[in-house]
Amino acid sequence: MSTLSLAIPRPVHPSGLWNWLTTIDHKKIGVLYGVTAFIMFLSGGVEATLMRIQLTKPELDIVSAAVYNQLFTMHGTTMIFLAIMPLGAAFFNFVIPLQIGARDVAFPRLNAFSYWTFLAGAIMLKLSWIGGATDAGWFGYAPLTSVDQNPGKGIDFWIISLQVLGVASLAASFNFIVTIINMRAPGMTMMRLPLFTWMTFITAILLILAFPVITVALIELTFDRYFDFNFFNVARGGSVVLWQHLFWVFGHPEVYILILPAMGIVSEVLPVFSKKPLFGYTTVVLAGAIIAVMGWMVWSHHMFTVGLGPVANAVFTITTMLIAVPTGIKVFNWIGTIWGGSIRINTPMAFSLGFIAMFLIGGISGVMHAVSASDAQQQDTYFIPAHIHYVLFGGAIMALTSGIYYWFPKFSGKMFDEKMGMLHFWLMMIGQNVTFFPMHFVGLDGMPRRIYTYAEGMGWDLWNLVATLGVFILIAGFLVFILNMVKSWKSGPDAPGDPWDGRTLEWSIPSPPPEYNFSEIPVVKSLDDWWNTKQGGNGKAVPVSGGSGDEEHDIHLPQPSYWPLVTAIGLFIAAYGVVFNQLVVPWAIAIIGTFIGFVGVYAWSLEPVNDPDEDSAH
Amino acid sequence: MVTMKNRGVFGSVFINSSRTQKIVLLLMSLALSVLAAGCFIIDPSANQSTFEPLGPVAERQLTIFWWILIGGAVVFVLVGAALIYALVKFRRRSEEETPIQVHGNTRLELLWTIIPAIVVMGFAIASINTLFYSANVPKDSEKTITLEAIGHQWWFEFRYPSPNGPENEVVTANEVYIPVGIPVRINLESVDVIHSFWVPKLAGKVDMVPSEGNHMWFQADEPGEFYGQCAEYCGTSHANMKFKVIAVEPAEFDTWLSDQAAPALESGDPLAKEGAGIFKDAGCSGCHSLKTIAKTGSKGRVGPNLAHVASRRDLAAGMMNNADGAGNVNDAYLQENLRKWLENPSEIKPGNLMSSQAAVYTDPNKTLTERQISALVAYLTSLK
Repeated sequence: MSTLSLAIPRPVHPSGLWNWLTTIDHKKIGVLYGVTAFIMFLSGGVEATLMRIQLTKPELDIVSAAVYNQLFTMHGTTMIFLAIMPLGAAFFNFVIPLQIGARDVAFPRLNAFSYWTFLAGAIMLKLSWIGGATDAGWFGYAPLTSVDQNPGKGIDFWIISLQVLGVASLAASFNFIVTIINMRAPGMTMMRLPLFTWMTFITAILLILAFPVITVALIELTFDRYFDFNFFNVARGGSVVLWQHLFWVFGHPEVYILILPAMGIVSEVLPVFSKKPLFGYTTVVLAGAIIAVMGWMVWSHHMFTVGLGPVANAVFTITTMLIAVPTGIKVFNWIGTIWGGSIRINTPMAFSLGFIAMFLIGGISGVMHAVSASDAQQQDTYFIPAHIHYVLFGGAIMALTSGIYYWFPKFSGKMFDEKMGMLHFWLMMIGQNVTFFPMHFVGLDGMPRRIYTYAEGMGWDLWNLVATLGVFILIAGFLVFILNMVKSWKSGPDAPGDPWDGRTLEWSIPSPPPEYNFSEIPVVKSLDDWWNTKQGGNGKAVPVSGGSGDEEHDIHLPQPSYWPLVTAIGLFIAAYGVVFNQLVVPWAIAIIGTFIGFVGVYAWSLEPVNDPDEDSAH
Repeated sequence: MVTMKNRGVFGSVFINSSRTQKIVLLLMSLALSVLAAGCFIIDPSANQSTFEPLGPVAERQLTIFWWILIGGAVVFVLVGAALIYALVKFRRRSEEETPIQVHGNTRLELLWTIIPAIVVMGFAIASINTLFYSANVPKDSEKTITLEAIGHQWWFEFRYPSPNGPENEVVTANEVYIPVGIPVRINLESVDVIHSFWVPKLAGKVDMVPSEGNHMWFQADEPGEFYGQCAEYCGTSHANMKFKVIAVEPAEFDTWLSDQAAPALESGDPLAKEGAGIFKDAGCSGCHSLKTIAKTGSKGRVGPNLAHVASRRDLAAGMMNNADGAGNVNDAYLQENLRKWLENPSEIKPGNLMSSQAAVYTDPNKTLTERQISALVAYLTSLK
């Protein structure tokens, strides 16, 4: 059959760059996700720094109004879609198969495709700075996104790259749901899943339900912009409030997509460094699930001033206040976990504890403006950026950083420098409070958010100056972090398999894990199986040197593949083709890209399943 | 003993107390210093501070905020104290110790589910009254006035029903007079994107959404000048979209309204007369009207109505101040500001329509000369 000519053999033991381009090993993909997301985080940080410098004093002219508006739009979009979400994905990739006792994810090639597609979307969005990025806000409120208001390509890049990122996130989410349901080791029942795996599972479900909503909204916007439709065109009967509903029906669950993995990480770290199981495992799991359900009932609290009326505002006040309850349960259970424990404060633990403190402040300020009666004064002031940064920086970023330190020995095989880690922690704690706490004050003193400048004599000078100074403490903190990571990865002392006296399965294998993870698939007897094994409670022998043997014996592993990358490149070209649809021949580039994508999928499906090693003499 | 005396009461108490008591004392002093700091970090006298309500709506909104702030502070201190206490008390002392493996406590967990649920519900329900109160002018008000506020990129149009019939609506911009002690209903609209109408000292904000027909109300309890600013991101010059509410005694308000309803005065000054000619010939009047223009058309409403521009305390939507400390327009300030604006409007308000669409700024052959600018300034300054 001629079609077989497409069945190009899989790459055999590629090395160097090819190894990374064709890898389908979940651990390597996790590292790719993590490094890419961290670079994106830095780019979002540069955008934030420029904004803070502009606001240091009244009436500064460091960046223009137009550039400032692009900066805050890109900062928000970058941090949410290109930094925090993929940092979560990095942990899903690296940690989940190890925690559930699997050798890889359910669909390894789809996993690689998710990463390359994410990278395509990220590159596309960030490159839109060339020629002017979007300036309609990360929330893209109609009609600011209309062609009349915004004729440039920036918005088109924003729309299409978000769609590309959506494909990546959806593919990854399906993959993780299937992995967690089907790839669990024998005995690993759902209620024995480590908390991080549980929160990932819930996050993935939230994501596949939430992303289609913004996909629809973006398609409508695309039709408005490209084909003169009227979804959001008031003059011809459209509605601008429709966009807000669609955006926040996605946007609020999205907040929990960002924070649930963080809560999962903290729920792993606290028990390990307290030598105590998580307090109320079932309650914490349920609280996560309830948050995921209730997360759909609160979206209009982003719209308290839109004029939905006091009845709607009252209802959403109540639902929003109620969602504080399961969140509070988690905080109380974390304190219950360390209570009566044997607490060792090192870098990962310090970051998790810092997370609780900062998230507590963010949670309380969240409840404060959940009350729509008084929120009319805080909505769209600096009080809100203060809140969101306590939740997403003090919350998500602190917890993700905790996770990076916690699993660093596992993925790098090296120990990091504890002193530098603690220095990083204190710089972060001081830096973020100096940066973000004053934003509460200027917000309550009436400073609206998203203004590129402010007049003298409004009473906002001092705290804006302080906030900007805080940024430089944060920058110092991240320099220490980068230095620590690079130095330790290159020349840190070798890490043992179980450096923290861990409780979950990833600590039962060597650091870094062999390609096949577990030489023998473990049989799970209890929650915190590895801990109980070490305590002699599971009637199992503890492997010597904290590893379950490292002898390779005929373990079949899926082989690398070119096609996920090719398919993602096709999507990338097609996406550019949609933005520049009138270039050369109308829509030609989009069609070419789509064709490459199809070739990729076609070849992917015909790729030999068998291990190529079998017929090559090696 | 001597050193202990020098440490004062607190110091000696601190030294003599147990570890647990020390923690509690530390936490108490921390909470006190946070409260003390709170007294100077927020400045209620700041122009847009929400901590100095000067009308009933803002007042009730602040009351709610205080309650929830105190509630939040209590939660923060309690949970923070538990966290710090646990961290100090349960620090690892030896590597060998293994704490009791407690897996949970159903009663305790139920407790910290139910109590917070009751507390947050209490707050939510207690706030609903204020929510409804701030939505509509109280029905028992003896007298109310209604006016319209319309958002434009990046200025506010205000329209008052005129004493002399609908064709004589009073139209002004960026400055809204209201009578003291009388509830004012404001109907909110927008001609382009979403804006938000906010005067922190009088009431929380409500968005101006195209074709949604929102409304709000407020009342000023005493005469004064209140700062307002657009609160919803609305494009390039969102930061430059401000206005003022000026509350005056009802009698003064009536005088002001009839003054504004009168046609613009024509000045006899030759330079001003020349300016009047330029105003027509250079195309200014295409967007800026000097009389009432019906809301249905856009001609003459693209830019602010200038019928009485020289009576306004600010120029360019709160960007430049024309008034002295007492709120009286100073002609010298006004002239300087007008000149600055006419010379380069995009420097004051980046992205504004005038600099991108008016022929005198886009067509190099029609650029305003120094003389023309002086004439326009003289003319506009005469429009009291």
